[in-house]
Amino acid sequence: MSKARVFASLGAALVIAGAVAAFAIAWRPAIPATDPPSAQSFDPVQVKHGRELAALGNCNTCHTTRGGKDFAGGLPVPTPFGTIYSSNITPDADTGIGRWPEDAFRRAMRSGVDRDGRHLYPTFPYDHFTNVSDEDDRALYAYLMTRQPVHAVARANQLPFPLDQRVVIAGWKLLFLRRDTYRPDPARSAEFNRGAYLVEGLAHCGACHTPRNALGAERASASFAGGEADNWSAYAINAQSPAPVPWTADALFAYLRHGFDPDHGTARGPMAQVVGNLSEVPGGDVRAIATYMAGVSGAPAEDRKRRAEDVLAQVKSPAAPESQANSAGAAIYAAACASCHESKRPLPYGGVNLALSTALSSPDPRNAANIVLSGVRPVEGERSPIMPGFASSMSDAQVAALLNYLRSRFSNQPAWAHVEQTVAEARRTQTVFLETSAGAQDAPAAVNQRDKP
Amino acid sequence: MTTVKVNGRDHQVDAEPDTPLLYVLRDDLGLNAAKFGCGLGQCGSCTVIVDGNAVLSCVTPLLLLEGKQVTTLEGLGTIETPAPVQRAFIEEQAAQCGYCIAGMMMRTQALLQRNAKPTDDEIRAELAPHLCRCGTHMRILRAVHRAAHLMQTADASTDQRSAQ
Repeated sequence: MSKARVFASLGAALVIAGAVAAFAIAWRPAIPATDPPSAQSFDPVQVKHGRELAALGNCNTCHTTRGGKDFAGGLPVPTPFGTIYSSNITPDADTGIGRWPEDAFRRAMRSGVDRDGRHLYPTFPYDHFTNVSDEDDRALYAYLMTRQPVHAVARANQLPFPLDQRVVIAGWKLLFLRRDTYRPDPARSAEFNRGAYLVEGLAHCGACHTPRNALGAERASASFAGGEADNWSAYAINAQSPAPVPWTADALFAYLRHGFDPDHGTARGPMAQVVGNLSEVPGGDVRAIATYMAGVSGAPAEDRKRRAEDVLAQVKSPAAPESQANSAGAAIYAAACASCHESKRPLPYGGVNLALSTALSSPDPRNAANIVLSGVRPVEGERSPIMPGFASSMSDAQVAALLNYLRSRFSNQPAWAHVEQTVAEARRTQTVFLETSAGAQDAPAAVNQRDKP
Repeated sequence: MTTVKVNGRDHQVDAEPDTPLLYVLRDDLGLNAAKFGCGLGQCGSCTVIVDGNAVLSCVTPLLLLEGKQVTTLEGLGTIETPAPVQRAFIEEQAAQCGYCIAGMMMRTQALLQRNAKPTDDEIRAELAPHLCRCGTHMRILRAVHRAAHLMQTADASTDQRSAQ
């Protein structure tokens, strides 16, 4: 045999071995379909528990579109790689998960593989759901399998080659999917550990609040350092939080439970849906999340504490602004914003004093631009914040002038760059977002369903 | 002095640039259709049209209106020759106390200019920022549908007026 031949056959053997190895890594068997179980076969107590867990996991946020049926999927989720559509998780036999036995559901939660054995894209945050207990998976399954089945065929994802090949996901999982990242810390309280279990698991807070690497995985070294969700900044919620007044467990509880906190303002954007859901779960779970997250951000440094005291004093007895009083931004603020934001009416009906605004202290103007353009729509039948949007009455340049004024007057941070560009971008994407997303005003639609199985 | 273009005419008004448009309309120009409800942009009774969009005039300072066209209810039609939206609201008797109705009509006008045949759901979503305490919502809904129909079959005289 010539040398060339030896190399060629060696090469072929390697390719084959590689293919076999890749197949072994990527291949997952299908789990046989079953007939959809009847709703009566589930324990109502377990179903009710599942409802609370589904709210903690914000399943409805991605799996329901605006005006669409609950959990029927179809929401476009934009990613840097392409658009992925959420799936139908109603118990419809043909288009939902009606024929999935419980172990198929658990496998999807645990390792991101559907009943047919296909790898699921990690937009479905199974990198967090690995931490969900068997018992909780069972309750979630019971809840979803007792919902109204909806016939809704999944929309095809828009991904370029080779990302449209699901085998690629197996490689991603090899690199980034860690199992059992949550372990209870015996030195901590039960409440702290419960919070850790929820935050790192089902509630998947890091999915938005942790920055992602070039391959779309959360950067473990930058946990909760701030990320992105639906064209909103998801603020840093660790020690780097830009909130003028540092968060405490009590403030976090108020905010997560009721949607607002007097020292921080109101939840809006995608977070409005999260707090809508958290208003429906046992208070103890929200308290646990608050306790754990307060532990993550730790005690504030001395300079942050001093700054917070200054801000709170300023809010109590505001000094009249002198600088830039004649600028366009100042005039817009005086006429369009101050009537609410300096009214001293309590939240959520009055606007928060903007010295307390995290949006204005944040590293980029994105959220401030979103909120000025779109406002906050009130939630039907709930005590909720309300703010008119100004997209129709202000040009991009005018919104930028306003934002620059607010930044210089109300934060101690340097001026933002590219504000007008951000406003233009926000105007473009907000229109899309408002048309497709379930939207904050739809979030607590299940309020009248509270305490029901 | 600031110039503001309302219902097709330039008006010189002596007001600070941060004066809300609503005050100028009512106090300086005597156009009283737009109402002061909450003054916070939360009730919709002050709604007017600026460059085709429904805008809350109580939270819109004058300086934002440079080079823009403001239309108030007075600019749509008159008592003798009401515009399609006004006719529809009268024919459906959509007003009870009437305080919110001018704002409702202006947003309806803006909606119908953009979407000639809105569905029930689209109308409800569009008018959601408007509060009506009398509870004539079902009549308002019917009036918007009627207005859509009237606009499509509007006679020439109405067309001329709205084209001014």
